[in-house]
Amino acid sequence: MMKGFQNIKWQRYLNYVAIGLVLIIFSSLALAGGLPQSTVFKLEEIAISIILAVSLSLVVGFLGELSLGHAGFMCVGAYLGGKVSAILVEPLGNGILTLLISLAVGGLCAGLCGFIIGLPALRLKGDYLAITTLAFGEIVRTIFQNTSPESFGGAIGLATPRFNRKYFFIICFIMVLVTLAVIQNLIRSKHGRAITAIRDNEIAARATGVNVTRYKLTGFIVAAVFAGLAGVLFSYTQSNVSSATFDYNYSIEILVMVVLGGMGSINGSIIAATLITFLNKELATVLTGDLAVLKDLIYALILILIVIYNNSPKLAGFREKYNLKNLFARLTKNRFSKHDADDTKRWDVVPTKIKMDALLSTDFVVTEVKADKPKEEDHE
Amino acid sequence: MEFLITFVNGLSLGGIYAMIALGYTMVYGIAKMLNFAHGDIIMVGGYTILVFLAINPLVAIAAAVVFCMLMGIVIEKVAYKPLRGASPLAVLITAIGISYLLQSIAQMAFGSAPKFVVIADLGTLRIGGIAIGYSTIITLACSVVIMIGLNLFVKFSRTGRAMIAVSEDKGAAQLMGINVNNIIMVTFAIGSALAALAGLFFLLKAPTINPTFGSLPGIKAFTAAVIGGIGSIPGAMVGGLLLGLIECFAQSVPAIAPYTDAIEFSILIVLLLVKPTGLLGKKRREKV
Repeated sequence: MMKGFQNIKWQRYLNYVAIGLVLIIFSSLALAGGLPQSTVFKLEEIAISIILAVSLSLVVGFLGELSLGHAGFMCVGAYLGGKVSAILVEPLGNGILTLLISLAVGGLCAGLCGFIIGLPALRLKGDYLAITTLAFGEIVRTIFQNTSPESFGGAIGLATPRFNRKYFFIICFIMVLVTLAVIQNLIRSKHGRAITAIRDNEIAARATGVNVTRYKLTGFIVAAVFAGLAGVLFSYTQSNVSSATFDYNYSIEILVMVVLGGMGSINGSIIAATLITFLNKELATVLTGDLAVLKDLIYALILILIVIYNNSPKLAGFREKYNLKNLFARLTKNRFSKHDADDTKRWDVVPTKIKMDALLSTDFVVTEVKADKPKEEDHE
Repeated sequence: MEFLITFVNGLSLGGIYAMIALGYTMVYGIAKMLNFAHGDIIMVGGYTILVFLAINPLVAIAAAVVFCMLMGIVIEKVAYKPLRGASPLAVLITAIGISYLLQSIAQMAFGSAPKFVVIADLGTLRIGGIAIGYSTIITLACSVVIMIGLNLFVKFSRTGRAMIAVSEDKGAAQLMGINVNNIIMVTFAIGSALAALAGLFFLLKAPTINPTFGSLPGIKAFTAAVIGGIGSIPGAMVGGLLLGLIECFAQSVPAIAPYTDAIEFSILIVLLLVKPTGLLGKKRREKV
């Protein structure tokens, strides 16, 4: 029992350790001077993608709502944070103070936008949040595109001051750790359990006294704030912030990361974000011109296939039989995965999912017999 | 004078939006899903016209309507039917995937550069100081005819009444002997045919097409459907016409013209805050 308990703790901090290790390895390489410029840029981009994917994962995977305007929140952060840094770079210099102030401004403004958008949309059930966030992304883009050249640069884009980017990826990765700390702790807290309860059964959650609108709004605003922070970091990595970057397709790309990583899995989002950002960079050199769309085609197919495979009621039996966890259990003869039988060990599967059908059905003796059958076959 | 021209243009654009919004609202009412790929069906229709234009414009239009109908049915059978009964989020993400897929395929096939599709030069009607394109008038007339026809179809034909029954209570409709799968298929086919016609009218307005041709009109028409009350057929018509008028009048004022899209979407957000069911939508009570 005690051993199992320690095991949980170790698993919980695995992703911090992994990202910390990556950070230490690359920063020591950078200090030794052995890191090419292109790798530094790639690392920055990966870190920004991870922040975006993890924050969207909170909304899509844990809250169960679809947000299609994540790039819009990032846009708000990038423009406002970039503007603040452009103003502050004269009096304060391009040090850590400028960065912190612009991060605070960008994050807060994005959070405020999240509040304004979330308030009407999250009170409603259904797909309203998806369409409202989509509309929000378009509104933000239109507004920044048509600003005067003196304020936000208009169609040319906002020029941001140039910073020394040699070690900037370290700051990006520290932000990744901050994001993880906030979002993971939120999900593991009682508030997080309320959020997942809403996802699993809104009516049941409401009946047990969960303030649905408040929790939905909280989750959504937290995600918006981190998208804004990612935007500020993005503005630091660019010499020119252009509104065309934050289009609908960018929001979809972040969504692909979340879906590919697995809904409701933070670690999955991290891995998928790293993978997709890396592949994007690599493929950009291979696929040029109209061939570049091949990448989008593959993303679309992945998105459709994964969602249908994971959610189709008709494939439920197939999934049960051939999922990775069961295969692993079979290969190792249940040596490692015996404890996994109850969800309590895995923090990302918060045990709120009450199988109402199983509880309510009068013939659950029959279903139990059915469930036992495959086991007997295994013994044979 | 100026006002009248803007008004007619607005009505004509609104007619197109209403046609697309009808597709959204019917699918939403019957399959209870938001078909994000609907806007891209417009684009598919446009490219079909481009391909068949060499033969004959009328053949091209017919081909576009038929091809889009088939496309709608295939998408429903392959992507949405396996997910019936799954969580709405999964269906929504699949729809987005389909939209993305259609755009990518179009870009692979036709390239990302805009292509010219000149269907016919219809000329301009001049009465006194007013000059209105014949295409605008044809669009307006067609959309009015289609809307009236669709209303009659839904109200009086057997299939149409079955559609209303399915949208009100799927289970009860099935018990009454309605084949729900067929009704959903018919809905997708009608919606896609309307989208193809919308593509035609957009090409008559401005004869260029690119792979993202349908996405912005699609989103706007969805806005129209929500403004009118999603799930309501008259609501989609009212919402579409309203949105078209708003767009044309906003564009006629130079000071706010660049912000037209932002204004339209802001109306959506404000409306959701004030009257979430839309102008003509009915409030539904949720049962446990």
